Amino acid sequence: MTSSPSRLAEIFDHREHDIAAAWLERQAAGMKRLSPAEQHEAARQSREFLAAIKNAVQRNGVDNTAGPSWVEVRDFLTNFSAARAKAGFTPTETASFIFSLKQPVFEALRQTLGNDAEALALETWRATELLDSLGLFTAEAYQKTREDMISRQQEELLELSTPVVQLWDGVLALPLIGTLDSSRTQVVMQNLLEAIVKTRSDFAIIDITGVPVVDTLVAQHLLKTVAAARLMGAECMISGIRPQIAQTIIHLGVDLAGVVTKATLADAFAIALRRIGYSVVREQKTKTAAEK
Amino acid sequence: MERIPILKMGDYLLITIQVDMHDKLALTLQNDLTEQIVRHKSKGILIDISALEIVDSFIGRMLGIIASMSRLLDAETVVVGMQPAVAITLVELGLSMKGIRTALNVEKGMAVLRATLGEQEYDGDSSSQF
Repeated sequence: MTSSPSRLAEIFDHREHDIAAAWLERQAAGMKRLSPAEQHEAARQSREFLAAIKNAVQRNGVDNTAGPSWVEVRDFLTNFSAARAKAGFTPTETASFIFSLKQPVFEALRQTLGNDAEALALETWRATELLDSLGLFTAEAYQKTREDMISRQQEELLELSTPVVQLWDGVLALPLIGTLDSSRTQVVMQNLLEAIVKTRSDFAIIDITGVPVVDTLVAQHLLKTVAAARLMGAECMISGIRPQIAQTIIHLGVDLAGVVTKATLADAFAIALRRIGYSVVREQKTKTAAEK
Repeated sequence: MERIPILKMGDYLLITIQVDMHDKLALTLQNDLTEQIVRHKSKGILIDISALEIVDSFIGRMLGIIASMSRLLDAETVVVGMQPAVAITLVELGLSMKGIRTALNVEKGMAVLRATLGEQEYDGDSSSQF
C-alpha cells in the first residue's frame, strides 16, 4: 500500500483553505461555550496546526508520525494538550480537536479523487491512520499533563501537611490535618522524631483535630509514633480527639491506654508545661501598681 | 576479644555502644553486665546507644532482655540517645520495650536514674517506719 506516493500532501497543499474553514466550523459545533476570544484563539491554533501538518506531510509522507519530520507537529500537540488540560477541558474536547479534522479531510479527498475509487480508499485509509495516531498522541499528552499535576499536588500536600512546631522550650506540637495513610504517617513519624532530636524536646503533642476519620489503621500508626517517641526518651501525647472520634476509637476496640490523651491541644500543653516545672499564673498586681 | 566497656560511676554503670552490635558482642555484654551488677551492687544502668545506627530484632530484643535481667538484680535501666531510624525500626518490628526507661541524652538519662532511685529510697524509708 505504501508503494504509491501519497497524494495527501497535494491535497493539503491545494485545499488547505477549504479544510481549515470546514474544520473550524466543526470544532465550533462540537464545543459549546466558547467566547469570541477563545474562538479567535482556536482559529489561530487550527491554522498553525494545519500548516505544521502540511509541512510534515510534504516533507516525509504520512508514515511514521514518531519520526523526526513530525517533531514540529508533536511539539504543537504536546503544548496544545497541556494548555487544554490546565484550562480544564475534558479529554473528549481535547481529542476531538484532531478527530474533527477527519471529516473535512475526507471531504477534500472525495472532491479531488472522486473518480478514482481505489485511490480514494487508499488515501482515506492513510488519512485515518495519520489522524488516529495524532489523536492518540494528543490523548496521551493530555493524560501525562494531568498525571504530572496530580503527582506535584501530592508532593506539595505531603510537605504542607506535616509541620512540626515548637510550642515552648522542650515542647513540640504536630498538628495533623487530613487523612492519614501509611506513606504520610511514615513522613510524619520521621519529621517528629528528627525534630525531637534537634530541639531536645521532652514532650511532643500530636494534635488530630484535623484528621477526619480515625480507623484502626490510623490508630495503629498513632500508637507506633508514640512508641517510637517514647523509645527515644520523649513523652508523646495525643490531643484534639473529637467526641465522634472518641466513640469510634472505643467501638473499634483500639487500646489507647498507654497514651496520654487530651480533648484539646491547650490541655495537653498545660500538662506538658506542668511536667517540665512551669506554671502559668495570671498577673493580678497591675492595677494596684498603677494606682500607686 | 572485642568487648564493650562497662564503666562504674558510683551506684551506676555506664555503657556506651559505639560500634555496630553483632550478636556475639551483645551476648558478651549481657554476661559482663550481669556480673558487674552483682559485683558492684549497682542500682542503675545507663546505656547510651546514640552511635548505634542499625538494629535488628535480635539486638532490639537483647536491649529488652538486659533491662529485664537488670531489674531482676535490682537495677534500673535507662536507654538514652536512640536515633529516630532505630526507634522506627524497633516499633515496626513490634518491639516497643515497655519495661525500659528512655531519655534523649546522657544528661537527662542520669536525671531519670537519680529521680527513680531517689523515689525508691524514699519508699524504702517510709515503709520501714511502719
